[in-house]
Amino acid sequence: MYLILFIVFAGFCLAGAINLLLQTHPINSALSLIVVMTSLAVLYLLLGAEFLAIAQIIVYAGAVMVLFTFVVMLLNAGREERTLGSRAARPIGFTAVVVLLAVFATVILRVQGLNPAVLGHGLTNAPNQSNLVLLSQVLFHELLLPFEVTSVLILIAILGAVAIARREGAERTAEK
Amino acid sequence: MTLLEFVFWSLLKVAVATVVMLMGIAYTVLLERKLVGRIQNRWGPSRVGPFGLLQPLVDGAKSFLKEDLIPTAVYRPIYLLAPLISLSCTLIFIAVVPFGPPNMGPHRFDLFEISNINIGLLVILGLTSMGVYGVALAGWSSNNKYSLLGSLRSSSQLISYELALGLSLVGVVLRAGSLNLRTIVKQQATLGMATWNIFGGLQFIAFFIYLMAAFAETNRSPFDLPEAESELVAGYHTEYSSMKFAMFFMAEYGNMINVGCVATLLFLGGWTSPFGDLFPQLQSTFINLFAPIFWFVIKVLAFLCLYVWVRGTLPRFRYDQLMNFGWRFLLPLAILNIVGTSLWLAFQ
Amino acid sequence: MSLLNHAIPLNWYLLLSAVLFSLGVIGFLIKRNLITVFMSIELMLNAVNLTFVTFAYQWNAVKGQIFVFFVMMVAAAEAAVGLAIIIAVFRARGTLAVDRINLMKL
Repeated sequence: MYLILFIVFAGFCLAGAINLLLQTHPINSALSLIVVMTSLAVLYLLLGAEFLAIAQIIVYAGAVMVLFTFVVMLLNAGREERTLGSRAARPIGFTAVVVLLAVFATVILRVQGLNPAVLGHGLTNAPNQSNLVLLSQVLFHELLLPFEVTSVLILIAILGAVAIARREGAERTAEK
Repeated sequence: MTLLEFVFWSLLKVAVATVVMLMGIAYTVLLERKLVGRIQNRWGPSRVGPFGLLQPLVDGAKSFLKEDLIPTAVYRPIYLLAPLISLSCTLIFIAVVPFGPPNMGPHRFDLFEISNINIGLLVILGLTSMGVYGVALAGWSSNNKYSLLGSLRSSSQLISYELALGLSLVGVVLRAGSLNLRTIVKQQATLGMATWNIFGGLQFIAFFIYLMAAFAETNRSPFDLPEAESELVAGYHTEYSSMKFAMFFMAEYGNMINVGCVATLLFLGGWTSPFGDLFPQLQSTFINLFAPIFWFVIKVLAFLCLYVWVRGTLPRFRYDQLMNFGWRFLLPLAILNIVGTSLWLAFQ
Repeated sequence: MSLLNHAIPLNWYLLLSAVLFSLGVIGFLIKRNLITVFMSIELMLNAVNLTFVTFAYQWNAVKGQIFVFFVMMVAAAEAAVGLAIIIAVFRARGTLAVDRINLMKL
């Protein structure tokens, strides 16, 4: 069961990621990225992180990717063109990535002593204590300051985004 | 219970819930047409069957049999995908809605909810946020300026009101201390109406915010700007015909039911009776099985009638009014409600 | 219920995450559209998140999951600002092709 679920959703993940690279239209790439993110959410569920799984869906698939598709629609971005610059960068980049992946893969496959992943095992095995309770206890006691700082960061990001994306001279036309 | 039995019962539950949901959608359409008809001083559908009760079936058959037109300039894969996204997000919703208390079935099997999970409320919010894609992609792939305008309006409206919607639910979650929908209902059940979140829980402000945000989220009047027929023909589904149009239509009405279910669970005490434990519990299994469903359906129906009443009464907002209302009024009010609720809970 | 108890090694998750990360890097290198390049970055962030969750599972560590939560929040802020920049660039240059945005190049 676990094996089947893992293979299916890891497969969706990889297929989505590869499709993201192959598609030339940005909206197709965005859709395949959504597939990657939702199947990652299922993998988080398999790893016993149910809050993160649903946060992944709400924040990434539901908010960030909606922004992406919104911008693609707004700018009416067409198919991308292949240019010389990309061709020149390819051989170096590809070899670097392949070497990187080979190193990662050997290290990961060599590592011994990792726990096996089983269904129904999360951060806690106590029957009445959920992942949410544990997370919120740590988040709102030990890590309260980082949490607050992040909220300030998001506020600044909102203001920055509004300031950047605002059309110049928008105020003047509004005054008229 | 063996694995096979578990799979059998779960499949049965899914099948029953889906069929009931689809029938509910069909008859919500009829309810709306009848009620709006009465509000506008006419009869509404009355020809097919007694009181027009067979009208939804005829309508369904009609959408099946109509010619399926696909305009030549559309972006085909996404054009075909969009109605499916819309409808499936609507139908998955029912999976986390509990209709009754747990452990009522054979072998202490959970008869009244497809999956009882500890993040039920978050799943609902997640599905709401995924539902945006159906509308946005439909408008974009139709390659029609009215559709595109409709879908741009719709995406920004949905994103804006999702904030107010999510924040309005925080007060309820704070009171219950859980995201499990069953726990939230149980916490309101003790004294019937007096302990419902909307009355005894003092969450009426949250309910008001939720109501407004829900109207906007389901693209219903008075916030039905994405499909404002006097400005945008039909908004994002202008280019859709026959069954694909019917899918969007079903998604809209399904969302109304879903929103009603959530309001019932979070604010109106779910499946519990409004009289609480005033009457002694009857020993009949039949009544114990059907009383929860009866109360649940009554509450959802009342919510749907409210929806239709508002649609029949209020004119459409202007777009800037809509945005101002969401960001400058509902959002601060929701935050104030959270602060107030937490202070009150801390004081207790 | 024996089917439910089948286990798989955690190394697979790490491997999946490494492959996703590499795909993200490749996308960053070969894609020529500003928006798609940005999506590749999001893909890399997601791959790293998967590693965090896997190790949180391995060590029963709550903080691993909280780190993912913070990454998500920062990614949301980053996406908002990044897309605003993309809109501004599109207004100024009228194109989204990375090769055409070369005013700062020598």
